[in-house]
Amino acid sequence: MGLLEPGDRLPTAREVVEATAINPNTVLKAYRELEREGLVEARRGLGTFVRATLGTAAPADSPLRGELADWARRARAAGLDREDVAALFTAVLKEHFEGDDDR
Amino acid sequence: MTRDAALAAGLLGLRHGGRRGRWALRECDFSLPAGRICALVGPNGAGKSTLLALAAGLLRPTEGHVTAPERERIGYVAQDKPLHPRLSVADTLRMGRELNPGRWDEAAALRVLADALDPRSLVRNLSGGERTRVALALALGKRPELLLLDEPMADLDPLARHQLMGLLMADAAEHGTTVVMSSHILTELEGACDHLLLLAGGRIRLDGPVDDLLAAHTLLTGPVADLAPHTVVESRTTGRQLTALVRHEGPVEGPWETWEPSLEDLLLAHLRTTEGASA
Repeated sequence: MGLLEPGDRLPTAREVVEATAINPNTVLKAYRELEREGLVEARRGLGTFVRATLGTAAPADSPLRGELADWARRARAAGLDREDVAALFTAVLKEHFEGDDDR
Repeated sequence: MTRDAALAAGLLGLRHGGRRGRWALRECDFSLPAGRICALVGPNGAGKSTLLALAAGLLRPTEGHVTAPERERIGYVAQDKPLHPRLSVADTLRMGRELNPGRWDEAAALRVLADALDPRSLVRNLSGGERTRVALALALGKRPELLLLDEPMADLDPLARHQLMGLLMADAAEHGTTVVMSSHILTELEGACDHLLLLAGGRIRLDGPVDDLLAAHTLLTGPVADLAPHTVVESRTTGRQLTALVRHEGPVEGPWETWEPSLEDLLLAHLRTTEGASA
């Protein structure tokens, strides 16, 4: 349904359901969950609004992203293809974030 | 029947043609909570249309009972979309308006027609897909609590199918309508339905919330080995490789790779086995 920033109004559940033909109970459940996690806020008669963003992903010009881009270039120059890089990255992710998924 | 069930049946059965006739439906027990979108699935002749017609009150059960809202609160669209061939689209809607005083929702009906139809065209000159639209418009305009749809999307092209399914789901989201929909098109059910009734040979083979049914099954692949204590729904062996869908008893531990099946995996496995059993 597009990108939203804090302050934006979410489309109504009806609009989402109509556009996607996804089960209405699933969509309503997703809205409740967003609200429970404090990411959105329902204002009576006005709609549902975004309150916060997800996580603290590094912006496009951050040093971390630059280093990763550098690394990707080196990997490519070393002859790795897209899948090799993805596999390597996944393996390292797994090593460093082991167990985080079970929260 | 629990208090908030929209549709329930107790030992429901229907036999065609008197005492020596054939049972179209037998010993059907289920309870569908209000607000669910229920897929009614099964091979041809499984009893889907019979069950829907019983729920709509158009057939009288031979045994058992069905509990549904009163007739005015039910929207029923039969498989052949019966409409009056010599009425225009506009007159068909007018009929809906006049037959449902106090309930009729013209806006809901017009949303279904979209701009796809000339209101002056006669029903007999419409294509199958257009007739489906008119039949659905009548059913939604009635603002039903329970919507019974027999193969509603069969005549529609993929684009119209997605659009009408979206409308149907949106209407259910807004009004909490309970929907029971029979279909052969498994992909149109995935994502849209949260409850499943699988019929085969006139009996219920699977019944429950889709999430629960999926979580109760495991798809596994790997070396051939004993699958006990799990209940095998379907299994196939190719050389040393085993692929099976099981209803698990506790965690599946073994040399296999396992994952949760999709709704389509589950339905296909159960449909194939029930077909084998009745053949």
